[in-house]
Amino acid sequence: MEGPEVLLSLNSRGLLAFEHLRLHKDTQAQADGAEVKESVDGDQQQDEGKKDEDGESEKEEDGLWEETFKSHTDTKPNGPTSISLDFSLPGVEHVYGIPEHADDLKLKTTDGGDPYRLYNLDVFQYELYNPMALYGSIPVMLAHNTQRTMGIFWLNAAETWVDISSNTAGKTVFGKMLDFVQGSSEKPQTDVRWISESGIIDVFIMLGPKPSKVFSQYASLTGTQSFPPLASLGYHQCRWNYNDQEDVKSVDQGFDQHDIPYDFIWLDIEHADGKRYFTWDPHKFPQPKEMLQGLMDKRRKMVSIVDPHIRVDSGYKIHNEITSKDFYVKNKDGKNYEGWCWPGNSGYPDFTKPEMRAWWASMFAYDQYEGSMENLFTWNDMNEPSVFNGPEVTMHKDALHGKWEHRDIHNIYGLYVQMATAEGQIQRSGGVERPFVLTRAFFAGSQRYGAVWTGDNAAEWDHLKISIPMCLSLGLVGVSFCGADVGGFFKNPSTELLVRWYQTGAYQPFFRAHAHLDTTRREPWLFGPENTALIREVIRQRYALLPYWYQLFYQAHKTGMPVMRPLWVDYPKDTATFTIDDEFLIGSDLLVHPVTEEGSRGVTAYLPGAEEVWYDVHTFQKHNGAQNLYIPVTLSSIPVFQRGGSIIPRKDRVRRSSTCMENDPYTLYLTNKTNGELYIDDGHSFNYDTKKEFIHRSLTFANNALTSSNLCPDCNFLTSSWIEKVLILGASKPSKVLLKMDGKETPVDFEFDTSMSVLTLRKPGMNAGADWTLLLQ
Amino acid sequence: MTCLHLLLTLVFAVSLGTPVEIQRPRGVPLTKKQFYEESKPFTCLDGSRTIPFDRVNDDYCDCKDGSDEPGTAACPNGSFHCTNAGYRPMFIPSSRINDGICDCCDTTDEYNSGAKCENTCKELGRKEREVLQKMAEITKEGFLLKQQLIEEAKKGQQEKQSKVTDMQENKKQLDEKVEALRTVKETAEQPEKEAKERHLKAWEEQKAAIRLEKDKAKMAETFLELDDNEDGFVSVSELQSHAELDPDADGTLTEIEAQGLMGGAEQVDTSTFESVWPKIKDKYHSEVSREEADISLCLCVVQAQPTIKTPEKTHEDEEAMPPYDADTQALIDAAQKARDDFEEAEKALREMDDQIRNIEKELSFDFGPDAEFTYLYSQCYELTTSEYIYRLCPFNRVSQKPKYGGSETNLGTWGSWSGPENNKYLLMKYEQGTGCWQGPNRSTTVKLTCGKETVVTSTSEPSRCEYLMEFTTPAVCQEPANIDPSPHDHVEL
Repeated sequence: MEGPEVLLSLNSRGLLAFEHLRLHKDTQAQADGAEVKESVDGDQQQDEGKKDEDGESEKEEDGLWEETFKSHTDTKPNGPTSISLDFSLPGVEHVYGIPEHADDLKLKTTDGGDPYRLYNLDVFQYELYNPMALYGSIPVMLAHNTQRTMGIFWLNAAETWVDISSNTAGKTVFGKMLDFVQGSSEKPQTDVRWISESGIIDVFIMLGPKPSKVFSQYASLTGTQSFPPLASLGYHQCRWNYNDQEDVKSVDQGFDQHDIPYDFIWLDIEHADGKRYFTWDPHKFPQPKEMLQGLMDKRRKMVSIVDPHIRVDSGYKIHNEITSKDFYVKNKDGKNYEGWCWPGNSGYPDFTKPEMRAWWASMFAYDQYEGSMENLFTWNDMNEPSVFNGPEVTMHKDALHGKWEHRDIHNIYGLYVQMATAEGQIQRSGGVERPFVLTRAFFAGSQRYGAVWTGDNAAEWDHLKISIPMCLSLGLVGVSFCGADVGGFFKNPSTELLVRWYQTGAYQPFFRAHAHLDTTRREPWLFGPENTALIREVIRQRYALLPYWYQLFYQAHKTGMPVMRPLWVDYPKDTATFTIDDEFLIGSDLLVHPVTEEGSRGVTAYLPGAEEVWYDVHTFQKHNGAQNLYIPVTLSSIPVFQRGGSIIPRKDRVRRSSTCMENDPYTLYLTNKTNGELYIDDGHSFNYDTKKEFIHRSLTFANNALTSSNLCPDCNFLTSSWIEKVLILGASKPSKVLLKMDGKETPVDFEFDTSMSVLTLRKPGMNAGADWTLLLQ
Repeated sequence: MTCLHLLLTLVFAVSLGTPVEIQRPRGVPLTKKQFYEESKPFTCLDGSRTIPFDRVNDDYCDCKDGSDEPGTAACPNGSFHCTNAGYRPMFIPSSRINDGICDCCDTTDEYNSGAKCENTCKELGRKEREVLQKMAEITKEGFLLKQQLIEEAKKGQQEKQSKVTDMQENKKQLDEKVEALRTVKETAEQPEKEAKERHLKAWEEQKAAIRLEKDKAKMAETFLELDDNEDGFVSVSELQSHAELDPDADGTLTEIEAQGLMGGAEQVDTSTFESVWPKIKDKYHSEVSREEADISLCLCVVQAQPTIKTPEKTHEDEEAMPPYDADTQALIDAAQKARDDFEEAEKALREMDDQIRNIEKELSFDFGPDAEFTYLYSQCYELTTSEYIYRLCPFNRVSQKPKYGGSETNLGTWGSWSGPENNKYLLMKYEQGTGCWQGPNRSTTVKLTCGKETVVTSTSEPSRCEYLMEFTTPAVCQEPANIDPSPHDHVEL
């Protein structure tokens, strides 16, 4: 309640329900695959605290004690255990979140269709605009209207379904207007019902009221985005598979020959010896350290895949140790659970066990993971977990993790895999270096361990389009480090699609190209010099903006604010923004409208905020906010706008990798009346946290003075980066410019472009960590 | 870091054994030295603007073309020149200046990054010279071999050409011969046919007479069999004992039916039996040879089981056609010989055609401007890797076979030359191999490089089902240019 207003009510539709645990009766109900949720439809209970004493009188339904799905049988030894609760949101027409679904940002009502399903699954060639379950599950929903943003966090790792209905969903705009004119309108309301197969009802309500408050409230429950190594925000080159060391070397050289920056090259499953993770194929990768050293000499890095299915092979150290320590997940009969995955018959380590995770982490030590070096990082794939011959390609629900059934913990299994892996990387460096781990499966809290990608998409325009709402939805519920396979995983992209995908991916948090084994090669230089140039250009744009990306991740890590955001997060009262998911904000200050239509000649971007002005970052042209702006585009266009009143720090000297740019000078892009920040640290260690080794500066531009002041006086970090240039957009021409520093004033050269009103201060030259003021007179 | 980077490089170059110092701004090649004069303002090389000379290499980009910062990383599109004395001079993108990675072997690109670079130019120069020398030797020898190949190919081609011409001449003769023999054959076949027909007709007549004779004998025999009481008459009742003669097939031969068969008579004698016999002979079962008759009914079975001795043999022999008389046989023999001669000639003609076609096919291949690739035709070259045996049969196909058993996979059949426009003979393309599961048909690109020997040196599969094979052959060796054997002792000035 807020005043007389009801914000949210629980169980107002009386859908609170739970199956109390009971003993199996001998009446064996023959299974026929009935949906579990149907079993709760019948019993409506009014009070969570009150035990339903007459459950016995219920009609026994099929599937309560055993279910079959295709050829699989779920023995359900505990019988039905499902729970349910409904939430009513008066005044709310827009709800978001509950990833992962390949669907629009704004959640749809599910009346007459399937509910949104949360059940981590390895889906082969997933369908778009569909509530079906995908690789990850975050049971968090955000509700938003012009007055308030709230969140519901349904903490449950079992299979979960979310039904959404709305009293305005069916109405046309005209109908809504009619309601308004007649004044008879019932208040819009969204009703949501959560159902889980097992567990307890454990719900957190985030009351906001501002979006940023909801983010911090949720972060207080599950943590914030981990602060990634700077290099991991660069470009990643992946393919299933780079065939051998020679191949890796020639791709690496290809980037230099074509002067395209990249930071990470990736090795998929074929790199390991017979898909035995933590090993190397002796023919294809006989000298992994030599290869890694070669990359290190170029100041680049590598990722190798380590999946959680372990080849059952008595000659394999990892398998033997897990077996001897009894760390495998068990089947219903208490034997080691085995299933088929890439290596053939495989065991699945029980990552829910802390001892197992500790042991797994220890396997990343340099002396355990032979051939690994400090520039080798990790990719956890198939951690839903994927079981090729299991029901719905995952683990049997009656498999056992200690005393818990897999049914109870399914959706959190993948989180634990990434957790243990990230911990391993931290440990191998003695707790000094930040980890980088990519995961496919995830759950609430996965943001603490690394990056997430949207799984096995396809080289189709719709898949490019859907990457935006998919990552926006993840950002809203804590996972900022999100990306989609650039180019599309399955199939071969057209050259135009590939170029457009690079342009989109360069402005999404996790920027990695990836391709299926059966696709033709698609390194950026294989499509003719014009397209190579287009791709080079957009990757360079990414690298120039790395300082901005990096400090947004720092903020996300500190506050829980998403890096890539829907417009409504920053313009919560502007209803025009509520359903936009073909453009997005990076932080508050960059607005991106990628071109995602084939053969496009123009896009219409919505520039939010009646008070705002937006500057085209390529031309510096100024546009007013609160308008739909038509932008003609060519193949080289990627419409990006800088918000008036912001400062974007860039490193315009793009080099072959982010590490090479470490000491390079900054260029500040700003407008009149500006506030901004500059964050600098070593880019890779925890020293920012443990030793306060970072620079955090506030930059303000007011009354013709641009001032850098220290936001962390007790921090200590020295940088050799300096300020080489300041660009002030929408400026007027000063008569002179002075740099005030250390009590001295020195004149600064400048140039003024009258046509675009851009003032460029030439080489003021102060250290990026210093106190200074630039005076325009 | 705001210090000026207008550091002038001192270049020590070895020229004619005399060390010479040349001063110019860092990163400027000698060819452009004249544009960078310390006493004058600097004009960007694209002419876009003029700046004071102290802004050259001051670590701030003033020129759009990057020409004011040849020695710093300030311009995004600049390039840096390293002299690399002892090796080969080169340009690198200016983004590689002071990036912590040694790019120039003379270490000049890393003057302020803390990277520990060693001057490796001499070593690189030495190695390169070795490689070049080796290459030059290979090229030289390869080129000589190529000349031989061209020679042989030309000879071979001429031979083949003249062979084809000869063969075509021969073929004409053969054609005529075939036609002539066809006429001979047809001429011989006409009398043969007539003689054979005559013979056949005579034999048919003979057979009919014999059959009649046999029938009569059988009739007499039957009469005796039927005449149970041996009174010289066959009576109705005697006939009735043969139920198989029942005309309405109801299983019994009634008296009336028997009488009907006997033309209304009560009994018949041998002469009147002649009119009864045709009505019953087809159905009649001999009393003595019933067993034999059964067997003959089952002839099909008997024939199917040739191990069972049949009593029909003599019977069949009786029906065999008698041998041709001498005249007919002579005609047949003559005709057969004409046929054989004709067929033989025709076969020879076909073979000749095939040969001509093959040679013409071979001659139609593009074996290079001087036919230098001719020798690869109908050859195969193998490379064994850890898993597979790869086989390249130029102008035919590429295949792969697992080393330890398993069937061969076609990696593509000859498609075309597909090298770059200036020399298409550097790449061969083999297409439409075995299809890949859920993928394209396999194809192979063969990259040809100059070598003394003709060998497959490596194979790889850079993309799924797209193979790359490296192949050395003297046929691509270019005529060695007359170069100075030690070109790198001269550093450009």
